[in-house]
Amino acid sequence: MAQSLTHGETALPADWRDLFALTKPRVMSLVVFTALCGLLAAPVSVPPVLAFASILAIALGAGASGALNQWYEAGLDAKMKRTAGRPLPAGRLDPQTALQFGIGLAAFSLFLMLFASNWQATLLLAASILFYVFVYTMWLKPRTPQNIVIGGAAGAFPPLIGWVAATGSIAPLPVMLFLLIFLWTPPHFWALALFMRSDYAAAGIPMMPVVAGEKSTRRQILFYALIMAVAAIAPWPLGYTGALYGWTAVILSALFVALSVQVGIRETGDADLMQPEKRLFAYSIAYLFILFGAVVADHWWPL
Amino acid sequence: MTENPNREPFDEVEYRRRQRSRANMMAWMLGGLAILFFFITIAKIQIFA
Repeated sequence: MAQSLTHGETALPADWRDLFALTKPRVMSLVVFTALCGLLAAPVSVPPVLAFASILAIALGAGASGALNQWYEAGLDAKMKRTAGRPLPAGRLDPQTALQFGIGLAAFSLFLMLFASNWQATLLLAASILFYVFVYTMWLKPRTPQNIVIGGAAGAFPPLIGWVAATGSIAPLPVMLFLLIFLWTPPHFWALALFMRSDYAAAGIPMMPVVAGEKSTRRQILFYALIMAVAAIAPWPLGYTGALYGWTAVILSALFVALSVQVGIRETGDADLMQPEKRLFAYSIAYLFILFGAVVADHWWPL
Repeated sequence: MTENPNREPFDEVEYRRRQRSRANMMAWMLGGLAILFFFITIAKIQIFA
């Protein structure tokens, strides 16, 4: 990775790998996948190049949101072990470059979306970037333990944008996929927050385990896992998907709830390794990938 | 003004390496975008033809 920012009187140009790291590539992979699934599950065929450009625009929009998030939270990131090595808190990148990169990337992503698809998808992409940066990062995150509940909406946009990029309109299925990610976010992030609790407390971020305590967080993980499971299975009985998706959702959601029960009813001591929480966090990522894969598989190869 | 003795000496090799690496990255990206925009235009022409 790159060296420090200044050498003598001359500022070093930012290393492109640090700019790339600003876009949170690992988060972006889930965004790209869910957006692609939303696009592929739509009942219209899109020329491959336009589909690719639309997904690229969504990826760049997500990258811009990540960059602006890191620009705003550089001070907080420096206080947490998990994020202290990021380019801004580590001093490998100057804030002005990060801000310009984020704004430029956001503007370009919107331009690309408008050029490749339609204004409806562009509007949704703009809304998701603004929501993530202003509502989640600047407003909710430092103020309320409900930050990721409401902020989860930002991460739920991609399948909806993918669908709208293909069709130009909103339909019940992508709204249900939006709802699924929205309800998936609390158990996913609170599982992480449980085993990263001291990090969040050190940074003064009011995550649920820090503010409401472990017991309350565990109960809420279980509560959200249950309503998420209902939302995940719902498209099948409502007739928006077939049996392939339906059975996948039933089996995967049952396992999600089982892991959440383990986390939900547990009490831990100081030296606890938090294995069930880590397991739930890891499984929740696989859960979303497989479930969205099943949406596409069900559309293309129905049982 | 006195010069800060703790400051690292200017490393021109690192400076040039970063400039070169960013210039190369930018060239690849611009080339890729030019090709992408060309094919988007063709696809749009076919849709609206």
